[in-house]
Order: sequence, then C-alpha cells, then structure tokens
Amino acid sequence: MNVYINGVGSVNAQQAGYTSNFLAEIQQTEQHSIRSIEPDYKAFINPTLIRRMGRIIKMGVASAKMCLNDAGVEQPDAILTGTGLGCIEDTEKFLGAIIQNNEQFLTPTSFIQSTHNTVGGQIALMLGCNNYNFTYVHRAFSFESCVQDAMMLLAEKAEQNVLLGGVDELTANSLKLIERLGHLKNQPLTNLNLFNSKTRGSIAGEGANFFVLSNTIAATSYAQLLGCKMLYKPENINEVTESLQKFLQENKVQASDIDLVLYGYNGDEKYERVYTEVSDKLFNKSTVAYFKHLSGEYHTCNSFAYLLAAHILKSKSVSPSILLNDKKRAVKTILIYNHYRGINHTFSLLTAC
Amino acid sequence: MTKRVVVTGIGIISAIGKNTDESMQHFRSATSGIGAITHMDTVHKNNLPVAEVKYSNEELLSLLNISNHKSNYTRTSILGMYAAKQALESAGIHSVKEKKTGLISANSVGGMDKSEVFYTQFLANPGKGKISNIVGHDCGDSTEHIADYLGIKEQVTTLSTACSSSANAIMLGSRLIQHGLLDRVIVGGTDSLTKFTVNGFNTLMIFDKEACRPFDATRNGLNLGEGAGYIVLESEKSAAESGKKIRGFLSGFANANDAYHQTASSPDGNGAYLAMSQALAMSNLQPTQIDYINVHGTATQNNDLSEGIAMKRIFGETVPRFSSTKSFTGHTLGAAGGIEAVFSIMALEQQIIFPNLRFKTPIPELQLTPETELIEGAGIKHILSNSFGFGGNNSTLIFSAA
Amino acid sequence: MSQLANELKTEIIKALNLEGVSPEDIENDAPLFGEGLGLDSIDALELIVLLDKNYGIKIDSAADGKAVFHSISSMVAYIESKK
Repeated sequence: MNVYINGVGSVNAQQAGYTSNFLAEIQQTEQHSIRSIEPDYKAFINPTLIRRMGRIIKMGVASAKMCLNDAGVEQPDAILTGTGLGCIEDTEKFLGAIIQNNEQFLTPTSFIQSTHNTVGGQIALMLGCNNYNFTYVHRAFSFESCVQDAMMLLAEKAEQNVLLGGVDELTANSLKLIERLGHLKNQPLTNLNLFNSKTRGSIAGEGANFFVLSNTIAATSYAQLLGCKMLYKPENINEVTESLQKFLQENKVQASDIDLVLYGYNGDEKYERVYTEVSDKLFNKSTVAYFKHLSGEYHTCNSFAYLLAAHILKSKSVSPSILLNDKKRAVKTILIYNHYRGINHTFSLLTAC
Repeated sequence: MTKRVVVTGIGIISAIGKNTDESMQHFRSATSGIGAITHMDTVHKNNLPVAEVKYSNEELLSLLNISNHKSNYTRTSILGMYAAKQALESAGIHSVKEKKTGLISANSVGGMDKSEVFYTQFLANPGKGKISNIVGHDCGDSTEHIADYLGIKEQVTTLSTACSSSANAIMLGSRLIQHGLLDRVIVGGTDSLTKFTVNGFNTLMIFDKEACRPFDATRNGLNLGEGAGYIVLESEKSAAESGKKIRGFLSGFANANDAYHQTASSPDGNGAYLAMSQALAMSNLQPTQIDYINVHGTATQNNDLSEGIAMKRIFGETVPRFSSTKSFTGHTLGAAGGIEAVFSIMALEQQIIFPNLRFKTPIPELQLTPETELIEGAGIKHILSNSFGFGGNNSTLIFSAA
Repeated sequence: MSQLANELKTEIIKALNLEGVSPEDIENDAPLFGEGLGLDSIDALELIVLLDKNYGIKIDSAADGKAVFHSISSMVAYIESKK
C-alpha cells in the first residue's frame, strides 16, 4: 500500500504558514534562537477555544487546521501528535505559581494546558473527532513515532486520512536552559553560516508542522512517503551506515537512486561528523542539503524537514538556501537523515508521486 | 490483524507492594496503600491522602544494585526501571538481543520530581538550580534509562496521553508485534508523585480528603498514587520458539476520543462507550463474555457516573462484575493502564476478582454495585480494563485467559 | 453595587482571558454559564480562586459555586453577604 502526503500545514520560522513560494524569502538572524512567525490564529481557531490555548497549542492546532484545509479533509481517521518537551510554557507557569504563592491561589488553566496531549485533544475537540488520538513525547523520536504509527494505521485499514504533526515551543526559560546545558552556540553567528562553523552548540528553534497521510493519491498530493526508521543509540558510524543501508534495501531503493539527502546538520561540530562520513561513504553522487539553519534545533524539527522535502518534490524546485553540495540532479527521491545528539537517529524516504 | 499477541511477563510496583505477591497480600487483606503524604514537603501534607510507594529512591536503587552516588535518576525512572526489570525477569528473558525486543513506556509528567526542585531556584534566578535536576525533565528520559538498564535498543519510544498513557503503550506494543516490527516488547508506564500533580489536581477540586470511594454515591474525588506497571508482550510464535509460558492474551483494544471537554467526560460517556465497543469488536467477543471489568473508577463525581453510563450502554442490565483497584493504589496517572494490566493478568492467572474498597451505596443514576469482597474461583475468561485521560483520551484493553 | 459589579467584570475578563469582551458587554443579570458568556466548569474553578484571592471568600466545592456564579448580580450579592 502506498502512502502519500496529501496536505501540509505549518507554523514555522520562515513564513506565516506554508505557501507554494516557501523559502522564496529566507529569514536571517544573528540570534542563537529562531522563533516562529505566527499567523492570525483567529483565522483558524474559534475565539472561544483560543482563550484557553497556550502558544504551543495555538501553533499545533492552527497548523493542523491549515493542513486539513490543504488536504480537503474534514474529519481525520486518526490524530497523532509528537512533541519533545510538550507544553513547557504552561508547565513553567504552573510551577511558577506553586513556588511564588506557596501552593495557594492556584488556578487550573495552566495545569490543564501543561498536559502534553493537549494539542491532540484540542484538535479533536475543535473537529468533534472521536477517532484514535495518540501523543508521543520522546525527544527526536516524537514526530517519527507518529509517522511509524500512521504507516501502521494505513496498512491496517485502507482509505483513511491520518493527521499527524510535530510541535515544540521555545520559551525564554527553555532557551536559557538550552544555553546552560551547553547546547547553544556561544559565538557570534548568522544562522545562514551554521553549517561548518567548526564550533560546538547549535541554534534553538520551535515550530509546528502537520501532514495528512493517506493511501489514496490525490490532486493535493505532495509526495509519496516510502518509509521511516528510528535508530536508538548506535555505538558507532558503522552501525549507522549498516542500519541505513538495510532501510534502503527494505524500501527497494539503492543509494544511487537518492537525488537529494537532507541532513540534520545543526552546526555542532561534534555531531556533524556522522553526516559527512555517511555522505562520503554512500551518497557522494547525491545533492547534499540541510535545514536546521532555517528551522533551528528542536526535538520535532525533522517535521520541518518533511515539509521541505514535500515542497521540493511538489514544486520540483530546490531553494539554493538549503544546498551544501549541488549535484544538479532532478529531485525525485529524497532521503532525510537526522539525529539528536547522537542518541535518536532517524531515516525517512520520500519520492515524487 | 490475525497474529495473536500473548503476555509472557508482568512487573509492578505501587503503594500496595513492590511485586505481585505483595500486591496480592494487600488485596486479600483488603488493605489499601492510601495514607498520609510522607515523601513530599507540601502545604497539603496533612490534608490529602495519597498512595505512596513505600520505598525511598535509595532503597529502590539498592534493590536494583545501582550505586546511589553515581546515579542521577528521577523517581519516575527508578520506579520504571524496577517494574520493567521485574517484567523482563518474570518473562524469563535473559538475553534481550536474542529477538527483536522493544520498550514502549509512558508517563504523564516525566522527571518532574526533580525538575520541580530545579525550577524552585531557577525561576527566582536563571543562573541557579542544579543542572543535574533538570536533565531528566522530559517524558523520554525515564524511557531511555529503562531501555539502557535493560539493554533494549530495537525500538524505544514514549507515549504521554495523561491517564490513558500506559494503556496506549500496550496497544502500540501489540501493533508493532502484529506488523512484524518486533518479536516482543515491554510495555507499560511509570509516574511518581510530585508537588506539580498534587497541586494540579487540587486546582480541579477533584481530590477526596479521605480515602476514595469509587462508584459510591457519596464519592468525593480521587487520591493520587504513584508506581509503575509493565507487561511483556510477544508474538505467539516467538513465545513458542523460546518455550515461554503464555500468561494471557491481549485479545482486543481500542482508543477513542470523547471530544467533549478538556478534562470532563461527556454525560453519556461517549468516548468510553466507543472505546469499549471497538475493543469488543476487535476481540470478537460479545459483551456477555466479559467476566470482569477493571474500571477506570477514579472516584470523581464525573468519571464514575460517565463510565457507569457507558457500561450500561454496552452491557445493558447485565453489567459484569467490576471493581476499581484505584481504591487500593490510588490514581497512578500515566502508570495506571500498565499497573491495571498487571492486575488483570494476575486476576486471570489466579482466577480472582479484586474488591472495590469503601463502597456502600450505588450511584442513584446507575444502581451499579461493584464487588466489595475478594472473589476466589471467579471463573474469569475475559477481562476488560479501562483507562481514561484528559483530552478525552479513552482507552480499553481486553485480556483473555491462556 | 455597580462599582463592585464593574470591578468583578474586569477581573473576570482578565482571569478567564476573554479577549474581545469588555465590561460593558456583560449584563449584570445575564447567565454566565451555559448561555450568555458560555463559561464552563474550568472557568468556575478559576472564579473560585478569584473569589478567594481577591475577596478572601472560600468556596469549598465546585458544586457550591454553581449558585454563586449564576450571574454578576448573584456574585455581587454573595460577596456583600460575606462582608
């Protein structure tokens, strides 16, 4: 059974929502963090629901609505949400209130909104959707767990539309924590120079990217999704390449078929080596590109890579802003390889349809 | 999906004990684990009963043979490691790598037991707070610690859907086996008591200031609990190949969304009704074939009424025997589905129905009476277990005897 | 009555994040829950905290709050009765 991306929706750092001239204009910044360009949420969400939504929920619900509109789907058969840190702003708010007021005069709203499946729950509420609704919260496997689940759902029952997405938010506090953990660049840097900066750390980001996956090809189809694989804590680069080769084999794709590889290079020199070695070993004839200078690093940023890949395959064009090494191939097959701090590695294959 | 999925191991830790034997002793003596708060420093200390696991982190680490000084585990991780290891051992698995083995764990607030300590200093001064207290904050942290502790690598992920979390983890694990992606999988969840959740539920005014009374007319709310519960699922083929004892079948499951309100359940129990009907349909069982329901039964005004209405919609006037084990363990949030799955397997193996403590009067609108005494020789073939979470997330699992 | 009523309306709009609603939009006797402003059970809990924090009045259960929060007028009457 084939799986197609039939709709997309996004709140991202490059433009307010996804349009067909995605990346015609690139956002440049010297900050070490990129925030989403937020749309007018009232265009997508009922004001009576909005009042009880924190920012991450608005980003997720709006993206989901944009995506459903794009796919022409009213009721998805399943709603899957991935988030690495969940509703961190409301978590901070509630904790702050507990601490400041010594556990008194606490109000329920931020507690309720801090529950990580609130995005999925609010989408269901907005649509009146009684169907399957899961939320995955596992670092850089969060979004990919949704993809895996969606592909199983579509194999279990044909003629379904599965809505899935990745969403994470950046708050002033969470940015501070990323900095204190040593995950952030500490030298001056423009995001466009992120690749090969030869220093440690990356830039932080946030966003929401939603997709409708279906077995049925449609006029709205962006791409075909062949497969997605998660690899946990590989011990060395050999294990990565072996796993990747097996993944390609399982999907009946040769390394030489890959026209473009989209890597999760995040500017942290410790974590870039594996991409370069994999590229040298397997993909030296493929065009090499990256995306985290446009999205920032966040647990579900691979969903931005999916958006980018879907856009490339549908528009049949590649923005020069993402290219690292252009082999000038017509792009029909894209491999996305991302990892988070060497722990959560994921491979995804998309082709034109 | 025709591949059958079997249960080969179970592991549990809760307020009523650190294994199935201790749990059963509590069930037999009708002694709940609900009592005063002792671990936490909170203004609610003498007001709210909770169901604490009666072992400190240090004691549990010692039982796990992990040096206290070298570790930086959150309580959520420790509880999870403890129960997951027990499940693995109970399944007689000595070499994880022999077969494609995964771990699907669930929790609601991750390492909040440590992060709330961190935030106390951090929010006052962003330069303060020990970083080691925040690194375990996210939900995925405890899962990775459990995976690393047990040597599991094939598939590792985390679900978080509030109180239905670990029931959903069990569903996902089963489907991964049915799709041939795994041979076996440890599934369930863990959650520890935190000031965050104690205060959070307090703002919803759904705590009982006394020990809870599920399905009772005078019920006043829930008691929070903590713990972890995991089961090992295998394909029937894999279990046969390694000569494993089949302890039960996971014969049906479903997840449906109430889509009514962020926290309250719909008056006609719609989400619960859908989850139970779809689980029954998957298991090919008639409602009359369900011998026992382990209800979600949190003892809140809203849940028990809504769940009861849904039960009557499905079972009509012949609602099966049922009880809420939360009357023993409190509401363990993300761990509830896993803990109650373990209880379901115990019930099938020992042919026992657990009592629903402190019940006196049926809810007038329902006129349903749970089992108030432990029943031996219960003649159980099929058990239905409910777990319902915020965000209208309603899950049902059906376990059948081996 | 009107000063307390106006005060309450402003506080409620703020506490419940009722964007686009001004005090003039809320009639004193209009029902707050169900119809009217269409508030729900979570809002009721927020109002219980508001009453405690701003007026020192404690309501013990969500059920007790139902009658009190029927309208701005009933809230005003309740607050004044507790003085």
